[in-house]
Amino acid sequence: MEHQPFFKHGPSPLARFVFFALISLVFMLLDARLNALDSLRQIISVAVAPLQRLAMTPAELLDRTGSFFVTQERLQNENAMLRQQQLAQAAQLQRMQAMQAENAHLRNILNVQRLRGESVVAAEIVYAGRDPFSQKITVDKGSNHKVQAGQPALDDIGVIGQVTRVYPFSSEITLLTDKDQAIPVEIVRNGARAIAFGHGQDGALELPFMAANADIQNGDTLVTSGIDGVYPAGLPVAVVTKIERNSAFAKITCMPSAGVNRHRQLLILIGEVRQFQKPESAPAGTGTTDGKTPVLRKKRG
Amino acid sequence: MHYAGAPELLKPASLKFILLTLVSGLLLNLLPWQGLALSFRPDFVALVLLFWAIREPRKLGFAAAWIAGLMMDVGDGVFLGQHAFAYTLGVYAAIVLHRRIQRFTLWQQASHVLLLLLLLQATMLIIRLFGGGIFPGPGYFLSCLTGAMLWPALSLLFLLPQRGRPDADSVYSAGHKGL
Repeated sequence: MEHQPFFKHGPSPLARFVFFALISLVFMLLDARLNALDSLRQIISVAVAPLQRLAMTPAELLDRTGSFFVTQERLQNENAMLRQQQLAQAAQLQRMQAMQAENAHLRNILNVQRLRGESVVAAEIVYAGRDPFSQKITVDKGSNHKVQAGQPALDDIGVIGQVTRVYPFSSEITLLTDKDQAIPVEIVRNGARAIAFGHGQDGALELPFMAANADIQNGDTLVTSGIDGVYPAGLPVAVVTKIERNSAFAKITCMPSAGVNRHRQLLILIGEVRQFQKPESAPAGTGTTDGKTPVLRKKRG
Repeated sequence: MHYAGAPELLKPASLKFILLTLVSGLLLNLLPWQGLALSFRPDFVALVLLFWAIREPRKLGFAAAWIAGLMMDVGDGVFLGQHAFAYTLGVYAAIVLHRRIQRFTLWQQASHVLLLLLLLQATMLIIRLFGGGIFPGPGYFLSCLTGAMLWPALSLLFLLPQRGRPDADSVYSAGHKGL
């Protein structure tokens, strides 16, 4: 007769560990390679979201009590400053409206596809990502506010990043400085196009694949080129800070113009994410340079 | 009396209390940690899981560790399964070692826990490196150290509800009551 254990304990710890480890491995493969677990992630997020909200309350309370005790003098100063700013901006706005009208007119004449609608959602950063391997932030607007994955995020200066994951009441924005984030740019001075990649930890961007003799200088401003259909053209992205030309390709480092990790508020452009027909060979990404986009041809012309 | 385990007879921990500690661990992990505080932040969920795996290996199963791991994966926005894998591995190591670890004093236990936490962090590091990440610097392992430092305090705190009221037969407590 075979050996009967005195107490019944079910499978051994090793068997249980192997079981759960295997499921975890399968999950990781499915998630990282095939993006097949988004619905499961949504389901778990329903359980995690209340905890997240609860965890946020102490910080918010502190913030609120802090803003309650502001001196009157500071408020007055700030008020005066804001009024001045508003005057200056009102003038700018008027000029801008005139220019917008003119622009629309010209575009109609040229029969070009119009820029995407400029509806924006103001979002507040709930917290910076805790994952030390990536540069991500979580904001307080999600699919309930028409935020979709793929939409660009801006602040008052320029591009911050792109929405990469959306939950009902929050969404995750991958910053430009993330290692896996790319953005098509052009140099304001001469219109040369390039793709800027995040650098990871040190908050910089780099421009790979630029020839060593490329016409680029320290201090050059990079703006979005609008070729990808994700970012509208002409938004400030970065400023070139360092160029090394000692190999076939130049090593170009830039610093982002926008306060990528400074502000608490940001804007998400919630126009429709334009779907491109993918070319057969190229992977879907922000780096399509097919040159078919009418916006670009108009610019060159 | 300096031993956390052997000589003292404790009431078994209630499942509700275990669940409560686990949820508090999740809450503490999900606080908006930033910058330097973030690199010093111990992984509270891992600490709670290790504690119960060492203390009550029959009560806290792998399933709890795995689910808590998935919740951390979603909370941190990383690959689904990264924390889940690391936590189940840590719980397994803790269950294998629990008889041995229980015999040590709290600070000696902390050194064991340090090794277990390092194992967890290293597992996650390897997973991320396979996923194409870059090593974020040695500061990545700082949280293990703070976690191990917290161990004695955490043990005393978590054992409080199981100590219960002093025994009526004990001369010491009876004397006090009389006075």
